[in-house]
Amino acid sequence: MTRNAIEITGLGKQYIIGANQLGRRPGQDTLIDTISDRFRLMTGRKKATRNRETNSFWALKDIDFTVGQGEKVAIIGHNGAGKSTLLKILSRITEPSVGRIELIGRVSSLLEVGTGFHPELTGRENVYLNGAILGLTRSEVRAKFDEIVAFSECERFLDTPIKRYSSGMKVRLAFAVAAHLEPEILIVDEVLAVGDVAFQNKCLGKMKEVSHDDGRTVLFVSHNMMAVEALCERGIVLEHGKVVFDGATREAVHQYYLTSIAASNQDVRSIAEEHYEAESDVGFRGFKTELKLAENRTLDLTIELEAFSKNGRKNIGVGIEILTAHGHLVSSLAPKLTNFIVPDLDVPRRCVFSFDDISNHLASGEYVVSVWLAIPRVRPLIRRDHVGGFTIPPQDPFGVGVANDYNTYGVARLPVKFHVDGEGV
Amino acid sequence: MSTPSQKPSSELSSRSLVIEAGKTERAYWADLWRYRELFWLLGWKEVVVRYKQSLLGVSWAVFRPLVTIGVLSVIFGGLAEVETGGIPTPLIVATGQLPWAFFSQALAQSSLSLVNNAPLLTKVYMPRLILPASGVVTATVDFLISLAILVALMAYYGMFPGLSFLLLPVLLLLVASTTMSISLWAAALCVKYRDVKHIIPFMVMIGMYISPVAYRTDVLVDRLGSKLPQGWEWIMDLYYINPMVGVIDGFRWIFFDDVSLHWPGLMVAIVLTIALSLTGIVYFRKVERSFADFV
Repeated sequence: MTRNAIEITGLGKQYIIGANQLGRRPGQDTLIDTISDRFRLMTGRKKATRNRETNSFWALKDIDFTVGQGEKVAIIGHNGAGKSTLLKILSRITEPSVGRIELIGRVSSLLEVGTGFHPELTGRENVYLNGAILGLTRSEVRAKFDEIVAFSECERFLDTPIKRYSSGMKVRLAFAVAAHLEPEILIVDEVLAVGDVAFQNKCLGKMKEVSHDDGRTVLFVSHNMMAVEALCERGIVLEHGKVVFDGATREAVHQYYLTSIAASNQDVRSIAEEHYEAESDVGFRGFKTELKLAENRTLDLTIELEAFSKNGRKNIGVGIEILTAHGHLVSSLAPKLTNFIVPDLDVPRRCVFSFDDISNHLASGEYVVSVWLAIPRVRPLIRRDHVGGFTIPPQDPFGVGVANDYNTYGVARLPVKFHVDGEGV
Repeated sequence: MSTPSQKPSSELSSRSLVIEAGKTERAYWADLWRYRELFWLLGWKEVVVRYKQSLLGVSWAVFRPLVTIGVLSVIFGGLAEVETGGIPTPLIVATGQLPWAFFSQALAQSSLSLVNNAPLLTKVYMPRLILPASGVVTATVDFLISLAILVALMAYYGMFPGLSFLLLPVLLLLVASTTMSISLWAAALCVKYRDVKHIIPFMVMIGMYISPVAYRTDVLVDRLGSKLPQGWEWIMDLYYINPMVGVIDGFRWIFFDDVSLHWPGLMVAIVLTIALSLTGIVYFRKVERSFADFV
């Protein structure tokens, strides 16, 4: 390890949320409100109702870490874990509430590609404008102009206003400018999540090249675990504004999955309650879904419930339905189909559905579960919709750095292979 | 970023940036200088964008002041027959309109500069002062066009300014400073209070009549002053509280030899500008700290 490039000590950021002293929200007051509030507070006609403490929360707290020169570090965590706040502070967009950061070397941060692009300006004009916004001087842009244009693949449209560009072209041009920043410390937010796959790979390649060849320090935030693993050797996991893990990327990613599973399991526990139908004398309770990370980093899913009957009914079928969060049926495991039957309910019985390697069959996203008990092939006895759910975390089935969320790519993961026939037709 | 060297070098490596709670002031002023290129570019962008996609294009910049001068001349000269001390009314209007158009345009753009650039503010660091400041750049372009119109009009009437005309850059600096000082307040207030959005156009519209854009200040002061009861003439001195009065008077003074300058009025404008600038900067910096969390 050489010198440090980034030193963070005791960093914290506090936000005031909700209402101010008189119950108004920040940014929503008008001049009159402020003046009258001041007046009322001054004259004591109205007392301050709440104090600052109760209305504030710490988006980041007690963050301490250092990054050595040339290190590539990934910051991972769920939405709201504090990643963006950390990047905003490092990029000087917002100030920390406490603590200190020292950045040694020229810093560029890229929280978005194409910031400040103006639709009426031509591609050429936007390259200069965007370059200046990202901190390049005009002579620097001029020196790299041809390279930038070549990378963007937009040569022919340079003098066209970019409002006539396709969104793909806009992103390519924007990333091309960004890719030619030459800072010593590069701070990058989720910018690879745009553009088509081929271009994303090109960007990832460029980022690798930039960071490995020139010994640059990179701080990278992404939800894309493949990109994270490809690019970074160290990972820092944030959770509720705190560093919960700091170590090798592979373990950090593992930790991230664990926390996402824990979070989704926690949701389910809170809705566990007893369901009973007096008329048909059957019920269930203790509904639970659980995702476990197996040794080989695949996910196993178990769905459990406890069926009971006060008068000991016999031959009760147990069915579950798995749906997407939008309510599309993924799979109905009806007793008629499965013949999953509880022979007797003299005592409550635990019923367990276990799905090995579920993540190999379902795309990532949120799923909900409905449960019913029935006399198979005759009639249902009790049915409860959406009693719980589970979340399959993002995966990258084809190893290209794109997460397979079901909204875009469909629910099923098919055992597909692809080859191009060498013979020719 | 202003260093000529582009590749990371050991010289650059040794530069370190410290971000500490409540202590960002130090780097700010140095950054303002380092970002001067962005300042020009943002001003240039506004100029280019303003006239792109419009039918008349840049000719708007000529058309607008011409029509304003024409209409005001007809109303104040033709209809109201306001006394001008021998100077043709269009010239009185053109010299008043020159700084006023600068002020009103720059203020309109600057006051919204932070709110309109919110996406920029939440994604990129820059000293935010350059946003309202770049409105002044844009207004300067229109100022030069208006100046050309004024010069053409003066030539038409066969009037030529004396040596005091050389003070034009100083007066441009004065109007830019006055505009900037008010813009700072307006832009910062607009982040928290969107009322400002409604106040500014109103201020600009009313301001055109209560500032001496279309008439001479001395004429107004004499005429209204003579109607006041004895011992109350001092009320007319309050007219100079509007800093634009001193600024516009200054412009007329350098263009016409026989317009004398009311020095106290100019001093009031200068003192107010300095006071508003200093307080404006302090307030702007205070608001700037929480911009990204607000807009």
